[in-house]
Order: sequence, then C-alpha cells, then structure tokens
Amino acid sequence: MYGNDFSPGDAPGGGLLGEVEAAEAALRDAAERGRRGGAPGADGDLAEYFAQVVDADQKIEPRDWMPEAYRKTLIRQIAQHAHSEIIGMQPEGNWISRAPSLKRKAILLAKVQDEAGHGLYLYAAAETLGVSRDELVDLLLAGRQKYSSIFNYPTLTWADVGAIGWLVDGAAIVNQVPLCRCSYGPYARAMIRICKEESFHQRQGYEILHTLAHGTPAQKAMAQDAVDRWWYPSLAMFGPPDTDSTHSAQSMAWKIKRFSNDELRQRFVDMCVQQADILGLTIPDPDLRWNDERQSYDFTQPDYDELMRVISGDGPCNRQRTAHRRRAHAEGAWVREAATAYAAKRAQQRKEKVAA
Amino acid sequence: MSERSEQAGQLTAKAEPSPLWEVFVRARRGLSHTHVGSLHAPDAELALRNARDLYTRRQEGVSIWVVPASAITASSPDEKDAFFDPAADKVYRHPTFYEVPDGVAHL
Repeated sequence: MYGNDFSPGDAPGGGLLGEVEAAEAALRDAAERGRRGGAPGADGDLAEYFAQVVDADQKIEPRDWMPEAYRKTLIRQIAQHAHSEIIGMQPEGNWISRAPSLKRKAILLAKVQDEAGHGLYLYAAAETLGVSRDELVDLLLAGRQKYSSIFNYPTLTWADVGAIGWLVDGAAIVNQVPLCRCSYGPYARAMIRICKEESFHQRQGYEILHTLAHGTPAQKAMAQDAVDRWWYPSLAMFGPPDTDSTHSAQSMAWKIKRFSNDELRQRFVDMCVQQADILGLTIPDPDLRWNDERQSYDFTQPDYDELMRVISGDGPCNRQRTAHRRRAHAEGAWVREAATAYAAKRAQQRKEKVAA
Repeated sequence: MSERSEQAGQLTAKAEPSPLWEVFVRARRGLSHTHVGSLHAPDAELALRNARDLYTRRQEGVSIWVVPASAITASSPDEKDAFFDPAADKVYRHPTFYEVPDGVAHL
C-alpha cells in the first residue's frame, strides 16, 4: 500500500488494484461536483478557470482551454508512454515461439496483445490533444521521440519473461497508478483501464518466477540470474533522481504527476523486498537494508550514467528495437494502402447502389 | 470527439491517414451503449473488428457501435451557459416542484 493523499480505507480492493478503484471512484466524484465559479464567460479569464479546475481536482477535457506548455508536455509524456507499449512488445515477443508450455505461451500471447491495446488507448488519448497518431509514429521512427529505457535490454532466457512481468510491469504500475488521478481526463481514464490489465501482467510474471524458483536448481539459478540483470534497469525506469529531473516541478503543479521519481522508486523497492522474500530469490544489492528511522529500505541507486547512455540511443538493443519497428512499418506500407483502396472502393460501390 | 479529427487534420501533412472512429459498447442487455474510446481503421468493418479486439477482450460487452469521429458534432464548453442553463429556471419540469396535499396516495 502506498500513496499519501488517501488512506488505506479508501482502497476497497486493497493493494495497487484497490488504489486504481479508488482513483476511478474519485474521478466519478469529481465529475459530480459542480465546478467552482462555473464556466468562464465570453471575457472570462481562461487561465484562472484552468487553475480552478486543476485546484478542485477536476479533470481538464479536450475542448477546455489549456496552457500551451501543458498541452505540449502531455503530448510528450503520453506519446512516449504509447511508444513504450509498442516497443515493449519486442523483448517479450522474442519468447512467444519458445515458451516452455502451451499454457505459458497462451498467457504470453494475451499479454503482448494487451500491450498493443495499451499503446492504442494511449495514442487515442494523445490525439485528443490535437496531434495525429501517424505524426507520433513518424516521430518515434525518426528517433525524435523516446520510449522507456527498459526495452533496450535483451531477453536472454525464459526467466526474463518472468522478471519483466514482476519487476518491469511492477515498476510501471507503481508509476502509473498515481497517473489514474492525473488532471487530464482522457489520460486518467486510459490509465485506469491500463492499470487493471497491467496487474495481470505483473502477477503472471511473479508466478513464472515463483514456479522457477521452486523448481530444479537450474531453474532457480535461471530465475536468480534474470532478477540480477533486470533489477537496476527496473529501478532506472523511474527516471533521473529528483535533483536532475527537468519536468517534475511543473508537472506536479499541474497535477499531471503526483509523486517525484525518487518517492516512487522508494515505494517500489519497499514493495519488492517482501515479494522477493516469498519468491526465495535475492535482490542483487548488498547494501539493501531496512532503515528504522525512515521506515523504508536503504538501497543502492541505479547507474544514472548508464540510464543516460541508454536513453540517448546507446543501450544494448536500441538499434535492434528501432530497426525492427521501422522495418515492420515500411514492409506494411502496401497492406495499409490496400486497406485504404479497398475501403474507397466499397464506399464507391455503396454510393452507386444508393444512386441506382 | 469531432474536434480531434479537425485538429488532427490541420496538423497532419501526410496523405490519407486512416480515419478515426469512436467506439460505444453496451455492457449487458438492458444497459445503454457507453463511449469507451476511439481507434483508427480504414473502414467500418475493420473498425468493428478492431474495436472487438481492443475494447472487449475481457467480456466488457455484448454490442458494439462504431461511428466515424467526423460524423459527431460536439457542444463547446463556451456554449455551456446558453445550452444548459435554461433548465435551471424551469424547475416546474421536475415532479418535486409540485406540492402534494397530505394523505394523497399513489401520486
């Protein structure tokens, strides 16, 4: 349980899913509350009205006035989020044909299908801000918009699929649950949908690791190796430390972001320690220690220089990931053209039928 | 809704992106269709199939409507007063406006 803006009693289901439900309930409450001061008049101060809506914890909607910088920062963040879902299909997709049982394969397929869906929800949310999806996809392919650093790491064994579910999706949920309360309505609603599904991803990953960790010594070693390799990249997913985070202060003032990078990272560590214990696996940090004074774990920070290198394009799989996406896009061009041509032909036929 | 396609149209220089569709799903018999999101597809049939995969993977619904976003006209927040306020001075439209004498049954 985490989150300091509401008590555990607010979360009916308990845990992360309970918080998503609480956010959903808060969204409905906010919609039912009348806005302070009502709508702005013809000569009303739009900036003042925007500030009032955000202060009252209500949602900004596509047709509301918003500061240009708010629009820009949301487009950047939502697009990057959408790109991450799409690129994130690759590391796991790598193991679909090699999953160790039919059940695991079917689950992995469902999960990768979810990621595609999450990408689409998010592109749709970004489009409400006045960009087109095609434009965003072009920016991704041109390397002018980023995706999460984590997907530039390779999946070397089956256990990596488990580690991605537990650690990577776990970190994503810790990051995304507060976004369910984001001030921009379409983004908040997309995050509520996504978090509910993401919770399935995290649990299936945990189950894979649990099965391996309680299997043969070789399976356990494989699980431990995967956790060893994914631990620090997962911690780095929360972004640079607060002292170096460029967008944080403004995003928090606008209630896009609710907690700082370091706060979320700390929560993630505190959650993982107990979960690792039950797995019977070790977190690869010799300095991980309970701090009684802070009521939290002390831990070794990830290598932020490495994070910067990976973000700027020099990670283990950056080139492979973008090359794959570019190839799929280029080789799919004729299929998209065929679909457009067929739709035009059908529309023409219908028109002729009506005329006849 | 419709403002998306207008704005998107202005900003895209690319030729013929596939159009945007708004998706409405009815969760169960007896409930109404609810807007669940949007998607791009070249035609209505593909929009329907994609909506099925995208928005009803977990038994979310029994009926789907897809509508081209360009076919929707939305009210604007600026018109909020003119559009919706007159209801406030016509309280007699609500049954609670009328006083019922004590002792009247079935009214």
